[in-house]
Amino acid sequence: MSSTVKEIEILNADDTELMRISREGTLSLNLNEMHAIQRHFDGLGRNPTDVEIETIAQTWSEHCVHKTFKSIIDYAETGKEPERIDGLFPTFIQRATEEIAKPWCVSVFSDNAGIIEFDDTYNLVFKVETHNHPSAIEPYGGAGTGIGGVIRDSLGTGLGAKPILNTDVFCFGMPDTPYTQLPKGTLHPKRVFNGVVAGVRDYGNRMGIPTANGAILFDTRYTANPLVFCGNVGLIPRNRCEKSVEPGDLVVSIGGQTGRDGIHGATFSSAELDDTSENLGSVVQIGNPIMEKKIVDALLQARDKNLYRSITDCGAGGFSSAVGEMGEHIGAEVHLERVSLKYDGLAPWEIWLSEAQERMVIAVPPENLDELIEICEAEFVEATVLGSFTDTHRLQVFYEGRIVADLEMAFLHNGLPQPIKQAVWDPPKHPEMPSRDKETDDYTDDLCQLLASPNIASKESVIRQYDHSVQGGIVIHPLVGAENDGPSDACVVTPVIGSRNGVIVANGINPKYSDVDPYLSAAAAIDEALRNIVAVGGTLEKTALLDNFCWGNPDKPDRLGELVRAARACYDIATAYGTPFISGKDSLYNEYSDTTTGEQRAIPATLLISAICVMPDIQRAITMDVKAPGNSIYVVGNTYTELGGSHYFGIHGFIGNNAPIVRPDEGKLTMERLSTAISKGLVRSCHDCSEGGIGVAAAEMAFSGGYGMSLNLGSVPTGEEISADDTLLFSESNSRFLVEIEPQHQQAYETLMKGVPTGCLGTVTDTPDFIINGTAGHRIVETSIDTLKSAWQAPLSF
Amino acid sequence: MAGSVVFLIIGKNMKPKVLILRTAGTNCDVETDAAFQLAGAETALIHIQNLISGKVDLADYQILAIPGGFSYGDDISAGILLAVEMKHKLTDALNKFVADDKLILGICNGFQVLVRTGLLPGASASKNDVPEMAQRATLAMNTSAKFECRWVDLATQESPCVFTKGIKAEIYLPVAHAEGRFTAPSGVLEELESNNQIVFRYAKSTYPHNPNGSDADIAGVCDTTGRIFGLMPHPERFLMKWNHPRWTRLVGTSGNSSEAGDGLALFKNAVNYVKSHGK
Repeated sequence: MSSTVKEIEILNADDTELMRISREGTLSLNLNEMHAIQRHFDGLGRNPTDVEIETIAQTWSEHCVHKTFKSIIDYAETGKEPERIDGLFPTFIQRATEEIAKPWCVSVFSDNAGIIEFDDTYNLVFKVETHNHPSAIEPYGGAGTGIGGVIRDSLGTGLGAKPILNTDVFCFGMPDTPYTQLPKGTLHPKRVFNGVVAGVRDYGNRMGIPTANGAILFDTRYTANPLVFCGNVGLIPRNRCEKSVEPGDLVVSIGGQTGRDGIHGATFSSAELDDTSENLGSVVQIGNPIMEKKIVDALLQARDKNLYRSITDCGAGGFSSAVGEMGEHIGAEVHLERVSLKYDGLAPWEIWLSEAQERMVIAVPPENLDELIEICEAEFVEATVLGSFTDTHRLQVFYEGRIVADLEMAFLHNGLPQPIKQAVWDPPKHPEMPSRDKETDDYTDDLCQLLASPNIASKESVIRQYDHSVQGGIVIHPLVGAENDGPSDACVVTPVIGSRNGVIVANGINPKYSDVDPYLSAAAAIDEALRNIVAVGGTLEKTALLDNFCWGNPDKPDRLGELVRAARACYDIATAYGTPFISGKDSLYNEYSDTTTGEQRAIPATLLISAICVMPDIQRAITMDVKAPGNSIYVVGNTYTELGGSHYFGIHGFIGNNAPIVRPDEGKLTMERLSTAISKGLVRSCHDCSEGGIGVAAAEMAFSGGYGMSLNLGSVPTGEEISADDTLLFSESNSRFLVEIEPQHQQAYETLMKGVPTGCLGTVTDTPDFIINGTAGHRIVETSIDTLKSAWQAPLSF
Repeated sequence: MAGSVVFLIIGKNMKPKVLILRTAGTNCDVETDAAFQLAGAETALIHIQNLISGKVDLADYQILAIPGGFSYGDDISAGILLAVEMKHKLTDALNKFVADDKLILGICNGFQVLVRTGLLPGASASKNDVPEMAQRATLAMNTSAKFECRWVDLATQESPCVFTKGIKAEIYLPVAHAEGRFTAPSGVLEELESNNQIVFRYAKSTYPHNPNGSDADIAGVCDTTGRIFGLMPHPERFLMKWNHPRWTRLVGTSGNSSEAGDGLALFKNAVNYVKSHGK
């Protein structure tokens, strides 16, 4: 009978039985954690109820508590002394932010999103989430509720921010994967691609939030474990950034009804997928963007009238997490029979854990309840009083008058044993690709192939499906140039119409370098995100970062070793650039196993860095498309022999070993000077050099602006002796840009850039010819911008 | 003065009042509000429930604006549920509003609503054979079969529309919709042509310039009086010159130092019309 509460027999259970309970209940608790629960209840002299053990499992899940990032790690790196790391998060992420100590950081790592200052009236909140496992099983619903969830993070930060911008980054398997090569039980990458794009499109567009930034990457290792990163920026009044809860405040649920959808989402995402995961349909949530829009409309009115003291979203773990977190320091009691249900028949633990979407929990002083309900009724939003916050320091859950859970907050939030994990890092060795200079003197085909590789190719067919102009604040569009189809480095929006204060959002992600060293991948991701910010007119001084780690199973020491490498880079590079982390998230266990063949697949170690920058005057913003013939093209920043993990090596079937290094001393000076040059109006256009190096960056600038170029590689500044043309053209060294300078500004530009490596490569031409001369003086690329553009546009226009 | 009739007169210094209609799924209300405010109007964002319940009286306003969005999720088809609600629950108030020669603007989803109420393109010239508020055209699924966001060139047509008086012959605005293909029986299209009710056409007939495959490249229409106007493009998204997708290419090319975007003119026209007509 569904309405009964079961006692879970753990007091007398042996280890095998404990693990059976964990596995069969999708609790994702390990033996150590089951023992901690057993000991706790042994002390109480009773067994837990199903409601209790489920509450503990949700609260202790990787998804909710990020135990890997807080665990003790014994780390061994080839050729180095073993070391013990007391938590990756405090050691590398939080410490970086503390040491950088930017006064404009309002709230970091403590609320549902990070908060930074914007102008005299408002602050900005920013959060990026992942929704990987659900999107693997049900791409449309998984991705839609991914964006829905991160919007509620903004709404659940402080006393609620108005969502103003979405950013989405996806990683899929190769779109041309033959069906016969699909791992058992997985969907084809094209189906995942189309479903995810449609899910994000329909949710974001219906909410009326511009989606103006993002990226899409492809790698066969994402086939069984696609990644869906959804981010949201919110605008919040400066005096609405703090929350509190007091005993006597009512626990009020706002929004959607509760059903069986999404039960066990939190614990599900803390396990690997296998060939039977497709049968777990009920763990995927069901989205309703119009419901969420109504909640935003109602709550922002209630916020402005100060009707509630605290707010959080019902995400992973549903009410159990939301109420448990809000009442952590005082206590709470909830009556589950009051919950508004989609249909009858839910067991109490199901009501308590359901991840039904579009629900927020707020703490309402009783005297404000009537006014709150009036606002909600006017917007057709349900508001239900579920119970109240107490001073018992216990989480007490009732169902039809009976107590079904009675947990000490202290045990629930601090009872999780800190795990000790093993990590190893043994640098891989890959075959090197020799320079092709000896066999060819024409790199036109290579350039076209690079432009057509799916990671670099135009994403216009996707971008156009997202509304990027709603809310009326777009300043730098995701597609720019003479025909509005060039790839913008970052987007700029003005959240307040008429004001010149802008927000820049950009991202960096380089999983290919992880094949060489996740340290370099993470460092490059930060550098790339910052380059994108600088390229449109932002500054390091006003930039904050988010980190989103998507990794394989961290219980495997080699995967965890990669995580240690990446986290260390985050500390090193963020502190060197002075750009703090304000929020982040990790999604681990992105692995797939075939239960019959035993085949195992893990994603490449993937760190997404999202960057947000406050721009005091958006009229200083620039774009990446060349503007006029006769202007000069300069490269800024040194090129090194760094083709390891590059796209150029990739199209020739190599990985190599010399992945690009970040040299923050050089990079910081380069970016700061370039920011100054842009702010003085000396730079007509600017594009960062990333995938495909100088060659791809120059081609993109040219065909986006509708003019040809004539360039000479002999003028590329290098940090070491480089004679090979393909290295100069396609090396992916960090901290580099191409800029377009008008003749009358050339002298001022060169004077300002003294001390920064920069060289004039040539000019923008009046013809469609795109010509690059090699170091020996002969033409190594000769084609037209139309050819380059069609190569770039064709692949993903399905 | 007791017993005398007081007419509402809008003096030169009084701001016209705009009611911006909201309901579940409306999402372009804030920028539409900003547009009318920048144009010099006094605005109020009003949920349709407050009109239905009588809490707010439509008669207190001179302009009704129905903003873009996905009203009621665009369930069934775009704008239809809000149109039905307006037609059946606000019948008298709307009829009076129209009869009082006031202005109605529908943008994107608001245009879809006006077409589905029948307020646009409005009653036929031979009025007797068409009942009031009957739908005579529709906005169907784009021929590309998907939602698309892009900027389009619009050719301003000769029309009685008060919103477009004296604006540029060509204006560049964003569209963002899945259901924007204006289509109607040939008789209705001919009537629109002969009455000059077509206010904006997409400047070129080919995709993506005509982004949705509209008949006769129709992007916006008005009723025969020119006081009711609906369009798929979003003038409220081009209030500042830096919203133009190529503004960084245009820097220094025009001597115009104004910060206003081209979309603002439509709202100013509406405000000025009310001011000069005193209603």
